[in-house]
Amino acid sequence: MIKESISRKIFRFFNGLFMISMMIICLYPMLYVLFASFSNANLFMEHQGLLLKPLGFNLASYKMVFKDPMIIKGYGNTIFIVVVGTLCNILMTAFCAYFLSRKNVMFKIPIMIFITFTMFFSGGLIPFYLTVRKVGLYNNHWALILPGVINTYNMIIMRTGFQGIPDSMEESAKIDGAGHLTILFRIIIPLAKPVMAVMVLYYAVGHWNGWFNAMIFLQDRRKFPLQLILREILIQNDTSQMTGGVGLVDQEAIGETIKHAVIVVATLPILLIYPFLQKYFVQGIMIGAIKG
Amino acid sequence: MKIAEKTMSVEQNYKKGFSIRFKEDMRQNWTLYILIIPVLLYYLIFHYFPMVGAVIAFKNYIPKKGIFGSDWIGFKHFISFFQSHYFFRIFKNTVVINVSTLIFGFPAPIILALLINEIKRQRFKKTVQTITYLPHFISLVVVAGLIKDFTADYGIINDFIAFFGGERRALLNSPNLFVPIYVLSDIWQGVGWGSIIYLAALSAIDPELYEAAEIDGAGRWKQTLAITLPSILPTVVILLILRMGSIFNVGYEKIILLYNPLIYETADVISSFVYRRGLLEANYSFSTAVGLFNSVLNFSMLLIANSISRKVNETSLW
Repeated sequence: MIKESISRKIFRFFNGLFMISMMIICLYPMLYVLFASFSNANLFMEHQGLLLKPLGFNLASYKMVFKDPMIIKGYGNTIFIVVVGTLCNILMTAFCAYFLSRKNVMFKIPIMIFITFTMFFSGGLIPFYLTVRKVGLYNNHWALILPGVINTYNMIIMRTGFQGIPDSMEESAKIDGAGHLTILFRIIIPLAKPVMAVMVLYYAVGHWNGWFNAMIFLQDRRKFPLQLILREILIQNDTSQMTGGVGLVDQEAIGETIKHAVIVVATLPILLIYPFLQKYFVQGIMIGAIKG
Repeated sequence: MKIAEKTMSVEQNYKKGFSIRFKEDMRQNWTLYILIIPVLLYYLIFHYFPMVGAVIAFKNYIPKKGIFGSDWIGFKHFISFFQSHYFFRIFKNTVVINVSTLIFGFPAPIILALLINEIKRQRFKKTVQTITYLPHFISLVVVAGLIKDFTADYGIINDFIAFFGGERRALLNSPNLFVPIYVLSDIWQGVGWGSIIYLAALSAIDPELYEAAEIDGAGRWKQTLAITLPSILPTVVILLILRMGSIFNVGYEKIILLYNPLIYETADVISSFVYRRGLLEANYSFSTAVGLFNSVLNFSMLLIANSISRKVNETSLW
């Protein structure tokens, strides 16, 4: 290695500094929320500026959050939508990707055109809304699952992943008399594990974070997913449902810390599983990028 | 003679081929076609039905009469949209928001990727990546909630403004601050995630190129200009063109979480206007017309972008 020049060393120092500040900028808002959620409500109200640790550590706001029936219900709804929705997403996307990754299929090209056209043109929000109502999914959790069951971008990534599997693998299975279903579930999917992991992550995060379709298609509050409840609390600033038992002055204060506790409760699951899947999703983006 | 016969038979085989090939295909691949049926139904119902349903843009849609029973009224909705003062406002806002995110948001991940690429220590590099990707996974509702909280008159940003002697005010209520807030938060959420693709392109560069440059006496800065930038240029160009293709397309989700009537004049875009008119005021036909106008605009931009891409890069989307 050639000895580093001084200017190089200076660059490295500032680059490191820049990276550290980048990390702080990315992380601090979440830390702020975390500290606020553990803070004493009144102290937090009086506090100004950055928060570097919880103010008077206590769990009062979490107790309120976990006592709230809407949050619990919302959690349940979200888990249902994430689990069932992601399962449907993966199955349907895999069917489509498998079909389009086969070689000797007659109607592949017209079907490909039929599908990719939808990436470039859409009827728009209102006709989509009216269609979902028309097929009887209004106020039904399936309205959050079926209308987006295949994301065409994801499908193309998955197809590229399937195409990367050597033909010899399935040829030998075919000789043994395996049908398409066996090939798909026993050979292709297990071999395409990184892509499948990425797809699970993308779809599951999409369901977990989704709120718009829930807002326009669900009427019954008991069916609301967590994000929609969160929206009421964060955007419409309504914590009155949860602070029923406290006096009016405290209500505003505790409302503030509750907000932050709800964010933590709603975001933590994703942030906890994400580092474990990280190595996969970089691979997934690369597969997509090769195509793009 | 023999060759001619052979071609004849191949040709004949090909001519009557369709039904034979069809039967063969069905025999071999019938399970495959069963798998694709639900997929086709999905695209038909949730993508093509709405496209057909978009004809209500040319009708006076009344839910009771249905899509096909409602009366045709031609371009009336389009004309009244183009003549309304909303047209200019939401069109301008859509373009302003998009161009600003393009100018400031597009180079950010490239710069970040170049700088991350300069990090030598692998563990530090990994940590930077993990942490900068993180905001991508935070839900829009939470991001919008944080923005509202931080920009509120009691919020953290105002704490600083007050500290330096400024006056507290709810930043999201001032029209000229909406675009900066939108763009900055967009960069915050997307810069790390957006850098992945460039990092992938950077890692594909042959290290021998750098070694050769070093022997030739090129410094690090020269190497960046002569090797690194040209290597990622194709990726940059194609992403830029793709981005240009959606210049008239701003998603409604973040907008409708952040805006309020006080700042409609800078924050209301085509899609949020469609949402408000269509779903909140049940003005179905009119808002479908606005949405269709936007779809056609997006589609033509994409076609233009693609043909430019084909010329510049010899790579195109299709």
